[in-house]
Amino acid sequence: MTTANLRELQKIARVLRGRIIETSGRAKIPHLGSCLSCVDILVTLYYQALNIDPKNPKAEDRDRFLLSKGHAAPALFQLLAMRGFFPLSDLDNYGVDGSLFAEHPPAHGVPGVEAATGSLGHGLSIGIGMALASRTRKRSNKTVVLMSDGECNEGSVWEAAMFAAAQKLEKLIAIIDFNKWQATGRSREVMALDPFKEKWQAFGWSVYEVDGHDIEALADLFPKWPDGSGKPVAIIAHTIKGKGVSFMEDNNNWHYRTPKPDEVEAAKKELGLSGS
Amino acid sequence: MRNIFAQELTKLAFEDKRVLLLSGDIGNKLFDEFKAAAPDRFYNCGVAEANMTGMAAGFAMSGFRPFTYTITPFATVRCLEQIRVDVCYHNLPVTIVGTGAGLSYAELGPTHHSCDDIGLLRMFPNISIVCPCDPIEVRLALRAAMKQNGPVYLRLGKKGEPNIHAGDPDFMIGRSITVRKGNDLCLLSTGNAMSLTLAVAEKLSEAGVSVRVESFHTVKPLDAALLAEVCDSYKTIATLEEHSLIGGLGSAVSEWMTDRGPGRCRLLRFGTGDHFLNIPGKQAYARAQYGFTVEKIVEKILKGRTV
Repeated sequence: MTTANLRELQKIARVLRGRIIETSGRAKIPHLGSCLSCVDILVTLYYQALNIDPKNPKAEDRDRFLLSKGHAAPALFQLLAMRGFFPLSDLDNYGVDGSLFAEHPPAHGVPGVEAATGSLGHGLSIGIGMALASRTRKRSNKTVVLMSDGECNEGSVWEAAMFAAAQKLEKLIAIIDFNKWQATGRSREVMALDPFKEKWQAFGWSVYEVDGHDIEALADLFPKWPDGSGKPVAIIAHTIKGKGVSFMEDNNNWHYRTPKPDEVEAAKKELGLSGS
Repeated sequence: MRNIFAQELTKLAFEDKRVLLLSGDIGNKLFDEFKAAAPDRFYNCGVAEANMTGMAAGFAMSGFRPFTYTITPFATVRCLEQIRVDVCYHNLPVTIVGTGAGLSYAELGPTHHSCDDIGLLRMFPNISIVCPCDPIEVRLALRAAMKQNGPVYLRLGKKGEPNIHAGDPDFMIGRSITVRKGNDLCLLSTGNAMSLTLAVAEKLSEAGVSVRVESFHTVKPLDAALLAEVCDSYKTIATLEEHSLIGGLGSAVSEWMTDRGPGRCRLLRFGTGDHFLNIPGKQAYARAQYGFTVEKIVEKILKGRTV
């Protein structure tokens, strides 16, 4: 990735953060911290790693992306619009009764949304079905599932993890947005997540740890696969909940809180978006 | 029923490359022919029904026609939310197949009983609920499920059920089938309650009551035209099901009758009661614990029917 490319993607990430915060304030949409922690991951996927065509969102050979942490839908919706899946103006009614755009991805009606999520622990299983379908049909696409660390509390995640390894699904990539928080506590304390990397390895996955806010490092990972190991890939992306805004970072109040107008302005200023 | 299910699904797999079977680690040897016919469309998903059902949704989103298969409570209640969200909300052509309906596996204890599955699944939008009464209906229901554009729940008995129908009846999801004609009383039977229902009809006819029997195989959507016809034609109708009186066919029919408004027809409901069977026994024993026997049902009908 060239320096110019990286700067461009970092700028996109800043704009995306600004749009998420603005919408959260205007439409009173929660889960801001969870959205901000996965922004750089989403930007890397949609501008760099995924083979997708916004003009043909149902193309058979497209890469599949499932936002299994469905509560980050506010980030996904903004990104899909910025990427051209639908006009940005479609989001003007965000959170208004009758709008498709609210707190979780719906099953029908939003181009680019592969599946309704929001009940945690579903996305990886759906992704396995998609990945096996592609393999059976001899399609070369990859399937990427973004989960949260709190989501890994769900037993279904580990059912899926074992099955994907048994099937040697090397074109399945699970990214865990490891922001160290879940709704009401530290994710390492609520459940014994650690040793997290070793856990995924023990379940038969190739595991990579990365700074989940380092777009270049994230993007550099994807060309590695499939690597012939026959293992599905888990990326543990170390992130900061509320990343990008000093007074939101690592502050779990922003799981449910929405920003007041002055906080929106202060956040945009920090992101270098004032007056935009 | 399960043998004919495996045979017919194997034929379907030959005919249609979208057919895919996900098994929850049961049916040892049962699916050998399927595996030979379509090795890349059979998956033993292990004892992990939530994952199996979510995977079925992912396959269906990618153009396949998945069938999930395991013992009834594990195919349904164990993974209820995956059925609700992944399958029903997305309105996907996934067929959930439960083997061992009601008290089929009575001797395995309440962990393996399934007298609540219809009630729970019936609440979910988009799904059709089909309970075949014999192996012939299983075969026809499978083919009918392939023509549906949304989810289907196929509730099978176990093995060894006799054929009720002489030949292939005209089978449509949502359309009841007349098995026996009669003028005094109409019995609506669903799934594996049919042999019992026919025995009840026989006993009643010995007592001089002319009994019609319907194979009311589809609990959702209800055959409203048939219900209207029998409610207008009979003073008493009765539902028979190996399922709880809470939530099953009897509930569905009583809801339908309530919504239709007052009429002359009386509804009697027969099924299982609101308690677990702590003492195990075979299917006939378990049925008797719930009063779900020919003698009890005949007695109640003779006492309760309106003439």
